[in-house]
Amino acid sequence: MSEEASVSRRHFLTVATSVTGVVGLALTAAPFIASFRPSTRAQALGAPVSVDVSKLEEGAMVRVVWRGQPVWVLHRGKEMLDRLAGEKAALKDPDSAESIQPAYAKNATRALRPDYLVVIGNCTHLGCAPLERFEVAPADLGPDWVGGFFCPCHGSKFDLAARVMDGSPAPTNLVIPPYRFVGDDLIIVGEDTGAVA
Amino acid sequence: MSAVQTGSAGGGRMSRFIDWIDERFPLTAMIKEHATEYYAAKSFNVWYVFGVLALVVLVIQLVTGIFLTMNYKPSAEDAFASVEYIMRDVEWGWLIRYMHSTGASMFFVVVYLHMFRGLMYGSYKAPRELLWVVGMLIYLALMAEAFMGYLLPWGQMSYWGAQVIVSLFGAIPVIGDGLVEWIRGDYFISDITLNRFFALHVVAVPLALILLVVVHILALHTTGSLNPDGIEIKEKKGPDGIPLDGVAFHPYHTSKDLVAIIVFAMVFSAIVFFAPEMGGYFLEHANFEPANLLKTPEHIAPVWYFTPFYAILRAVPSKGWGAFLMLAAIVLLFLLPWLDRCKVKSIRYRGWQFKVALAAFAVSFVALGFLGLQPATEKVYVYAARFFAIIYFAFFLLMPVYTSRERTRPVPERVVYHGHE
Repeated sequence: MSEEASVSRRHFLTVATSVTGVVGLALTAAPFIASFRPSTRAQALGAPVSVDVSKLEEGAMVRVVWRGQPVWVLHRGKEMLDRLAGEKAALKDPDSAESIQPAYAKNATRALRPDYLVVIGNCTHLGCAPLERFEVAPADLGPDWVGGFFCPCHGSKFDLAARVMDGSPAPTNLVIPPYRFVGDDLIIVGEDTGAVA
Repeated sequence: MSAVQTGSAGGGRMSRFIDWIDERFPLTAMIKEHATEYYAAKSFNVWYVFGVLALVVLVIQLVTGIFLTMNYKPSAEDAFASVEYIMRDVEWGWLIRYMHSTGASMFFVVVYLHMFRGLMYGSYKAPRELLWVVGMLIYLALMAEAFMGYLLPWGQMSYWGAQVIVSLFGAIPVIGDGLVEWIRGDYFISDITLNRFFALHVVAVPLALILLVVVHILALHTTGSLNPDGIEIKEKKGPDGIPLDGVAFHPYHTSKDLVAIIVFAMVFSAIVFFAPEMGGYFLEHANFEPANLLKTPEHIAPVWYFTPFYAILRAVPSKGWGAFLMLAAIVLLFLLPWLDRCKVKSIRYRGWQFKVALAAFAVSFVALGFLGLQPATEKVYVYAARFFAIIYFAFFLLMPVYTSRERTRPVPERVVYHGHE
């Protein structure tokens, strides 16, 4: 065998061995990388939760946990809905075109029923929980404030339909989870099959 | 590296033992290469102690960290209580924990000073680019280590700080949301997240850190240490082959470093014993409350060493761009050796352009650090953060322009030295 053939053959073997080694390494790495994903138990714990709103007064809010996220259920009375309708502040996404919500909540009040707002209480900026600031025109939030949510982390502002206001770092409105009503007073969060108003 | 062995005739039992080792492991050769025959300039000033001090803090963190793991429980259920248990019931547990928490902040104090020394005297310039890049990797590893360590006490600030930082990855287009879920291992920051951060904090990242520190020192000992004049002392050697301006690292620099270590230990002890929380800057007040995933603290801010970058993030009213600029603020530091076009290394002989730029950069870094600690409601702080962020970026982005126009002063042949002649 000539010297040249031997060199090219050796080169081929080197490349082939390296490629096989890299493929083997990648295949071995796959289970380790996959082990970082939510486990079966973590997935099972993401089951729906039910909220009884029969004792929730107008203007009051209740927080429940669904998939480790705070879910707010706000009973918006007529007074709150009037304030929302008369809102002057500019909104980033007034029609919720860019925001995440089920189709049945893509409306002016972002709700299945206007009197109840069901929303995930994690700011769409970096996941803090905004604070409820339902008062009108407080000193720190300005005269245009008709009530809503304020994120203390980075100053994002949301109105009573959880829509983000202009000038906030949050890119979109707060996320509306899937939910449905059973009768008048029971809300199931995390499940919406057979949703009826 | 053919070190001549010291097999002195008639040597005692000890030297015969060393000879026995040297035939099997290059012990004497290594001690010579890295200590007794490693020459560094005799003109080092106080800025040159922070590398050694960083090593001292690393040892403090490793030792106290090992002892903390013996009583800490990495679960959402037990973590907060186990830290309180360490503080109250474990003998001297409070001391070990306060040393560890103080060590975290002091690590960043000495590393920031060490990096500023590099900026002033041009320690990042050729042929030390790789040394600088490895140093920056150490800084990144240190940030990861500090961030993941901060989740472990499972206090309010631990929880919400992690929530904010992990969410940053969600700003990456397309893969962002999946990546966030992958990092957390759950749909929220949970017990699962805490457990894996613990593993990374006590095993993976420390191993990477130690490895990087070894590479950093090996790279330093290949190029040689620079000095306040920015002169390569290797270029002027005596007949014995030893740099004329150099003295051996051991015993000369080590004995000087010992003084620095003692002063550092005094400062460190003063903090540990009299102000371990440092008024809420080293240990934030909100973290004395257990994590509550339904309620964000009124005012959320990271620990002081992250606040310059946090201020940049907050200055931008867009999630994607805020995260991008925050990342860019760190990436630009990596590129420093190639952005600086000036041939002269030390600030002592550089033009006014660089001096002004460096001063403005230092001021903006400190100012951003202050602004990152302030509440989000004040409009004036947001505008100030934007102003200083612009200066921060201008320092890097305009660097190729202003460093190529510098009128430098002549660099002396030998180091300037005011010791006893």
